[in-house]
Amino acid sequence: MDTSLVLVLLLAPFLGFLFNVFLGKKAGKSIVGIVGTLSVVVSFAVTLFLFANANQKPLEINLFHWISVERFDVNFGLLIDQLSLTWLLFVTGIGSLIHLYSISYMHEDEKMHSFFAYLNLFIFFMITLVIGSNLLVMFIGWEGVGLCSYLLIGFWYKNQDFNDAAKKAFIMNRIGDLGFLIGIFIIGSLFNTLEFTSLQHIISKVSDINDLWIAIAALCLFIGACGKSAQIPLYTWLPDAMAGPTPVSALIHAATMVTAGIFMVTRLHFVFDQVPSVQNIIAIVGGVTSLVAATIALTQNDIKKVLAYSTVSQLGLMFLALGFGAYEIAVFHVITHAFFKACLFLGSGSVIHGLHGEQDMRKMGGLKKAMPITFLTMLIASLAISGIFPLAGFWSKDEILMTAFHHNIPLWVMGSIASIMTAFYMFRLMYLTFFNSFRGTEEQKHHLHESPSLITLPLIILALLSFFGGIISLPGHSWLNAYLAPLFSKVSHEEHTLGVTEYSLMAIATIGALLGIGIAYKKYLKDNTIPSEDAEITGLTKVLYNKYYVDEVYDAIIIKPVNAMASFFRDSVETSLSAMVFGLGKVTNELAVQGKKIHNGSVGFYLFAFVISVIVILTYLFL
Amino acid sequence: MGNILNQIGIENYIFLCVILFCIGVFGVLYRRNAIIVFMSIEIMLNAVNLLFVAFSTYHQDAQGQIFVFFSMAVAAAEVAVGLAILVSIFRNMGTIDVGNLKNLKG
Repeated sequence: MDTSLVLVLLLAPFLGFLFNVFLGKKAGKSIVGIVGTLSVVVSFAVTLFLFANANQKPLEINLFHWISVERFDVNFGLLIDQLSLTWLLFVTGIGSLIHLYSISYMHEDEKMHSFFAYLNLFIFFMITLVIGSNLLVMFIGWEGVGLCSYLLIGFWYKNQDFNDAAKKAFIMNRIGDLGFLIGIFIIGSLFNTLEFTSLQHIISKVSDINDLWIAIAALCLFIGACGKSAQIPLYTWLPDAMAGPTPVSALIHAATMVTAGIFMVTRLHFVFDQVPSVQNIIAIVGGVTSLVAATIALTQNDIKKVLAYSTVSQLGLMFLALGFGAYEIAVFHVITHAFFKACLFLGSGSVIHGLHGEQDMRKMGGLKKAMPITFLTMLIASLAISGIFPLAGFWSKDEILMTAFHHNIPLWVMGSIASIMTAFYMFRLMYLTFFNSFRGTEEQKHHLHESPSLITLPLIILALLSFFGGIISLPGHSWLNAYLAPLFSKVSHEEHTLGVTEYSLMAIATIGALLGIGIAYKKYLKDNTIPSEDAEITGLTKVLYNKYYVDEVYDAIIIKPVNAMASFFRDSVETSLSAMVFGLGKVTNELAVQGKKIHNGSVGFYLFAFVISVIVILTYLFL
Repeated sequence: MGNILNQIGIENYIFLCVILFCIGVFGVLYRRNAIIVFMSIEIMLNAVNLLFVAFSTYHQDAQGQIFVFFSMAVAAAEVAVGLAILVSIFRNMGTIDVGNLKNLKG
């Protein structure tokens, strides 16, 4: 019973993918949308059912025996436990909402069927990633979501910039994937198994483990997580990935795929718990990423770019929590972030839709009246991400900062500054987009309208979730912590008793957020400042606007040398090699040309040659 | 029979055969007319036949003579086919000069 349910959960999106790929074009747009959405809704329903009926014991399903080399076996197994159920809930739940949204958003697009096919395939791979019972099955999903991300970023492939962005995302992810793969190899050779449950068993039992190799494995796995979850130094693909359609940005590049790195670290928490030095690296990388990305977001003018850097920054905060071993807090922030960031992205999509493709905030403004629902939902989500009491973001971000405060003060300062900046840039975005007067063309102004209900309905649901999402883990009596408790063998995070320190930390965070909002209010609403044109940007702003020139630095220190090496090999090495090969060919050819002359077709000459040859042979034989 | 051989001597037969064979070889090499080339080939064949017969008598063994019958039969067949080919070449090309037959060129 359970096996078939899980198979339905896994294969429903895949069937949707098959349908849309092979029959989608014929079936017509409305059927494509319905099938694509329903297949994910089915998964969501099954997840809800499993969630309601789950007991404490994880459900392990072994589908078939996959690889067997000597004493090393890999099964194609699935593992349903509290962690994968949590992830499944918001992947399929938010996935359903975004599919629903896409029906309206992509309706104009002639390739709507392939869009839904890719989205369904993405959900299938994401589910595989989440419910795989060993590292290899997880890796299948890991690569699959990377593929779908590539396909969807480059969905409008007629634009070369978008293709480049897709390639960049793919290659950056490959670097991380290589790290992940090496990590899998090391783990496999150390413990002779890749199953999560047996790994946990072995690592908790055995005392004399090779610490060095575990540390190397953990570091490699973390590099994989860096690639997928856009952490320094592999984060540059995520902002460029905004080239894809907005529902893709919301689903893949904000709510689900980019959290795969956090899922992986959480899944392998028993490995990371063994090596505190690697945990420190994770915390530092997370803290630095969150601060750097937040500063870049301060000056961006593309509405989606601001949200993209905000995503990188929030992911950094989650890694900060992971580095302190506070896995359940990271998971909590993943969930609330999925709610409000999906809402923000879908809201920005609604704005872009209303303005017929305009993404530059300098050409927006005053949309509050024309798009009241979009405005209201985005306002709630912005308040949530800024960490205003009592919205979802307040609770999760506050927990992370509180943990940081107890472990490492400098990182707490970094996280707090990043949070203040978050409040500032989010409200900069809100004021520039929705307040004051409209700055676009007359024609756009004429066409301004609220998006259809298929777009606003997901927005409303997500806004509600952003508002109330915090109740799943209130400090003091956290339902989420209790739910996830069986996963984590040691209690990594003692419940903070709410003392003076905690209340003052909350107060500091809230005041910081209000401060950020206040500065944005003063600058962009009262003074009505509009960010200057690209050419006029100077000083520090210019550095930030150009993203610290990280892309240019990568270009100079990696891409240029690689290109130079490639042209060296092409121009020198390959030329000489091919000269050798072609020379051999030329010699053979010349031999043939000369040899051909003997065969002149004259019977007399043939006879002569024949007789002489016979005489020579006989002479040789008998003398 | 043995007497005749004794009177003349086996070595003289061998010399005769070698001379005949060489005449054949040179005929094949020098003459341009295809019929003469054919005749030269026949001379070479018959030189060998003669040697067979001579050695057959010398060894008092009939095998050589039997072999010559076969050889002559094959030669007759060969001549029939060869002359037919020559006729058809002449009809097609108007000449049987070996120097002009260059159609074997690939």
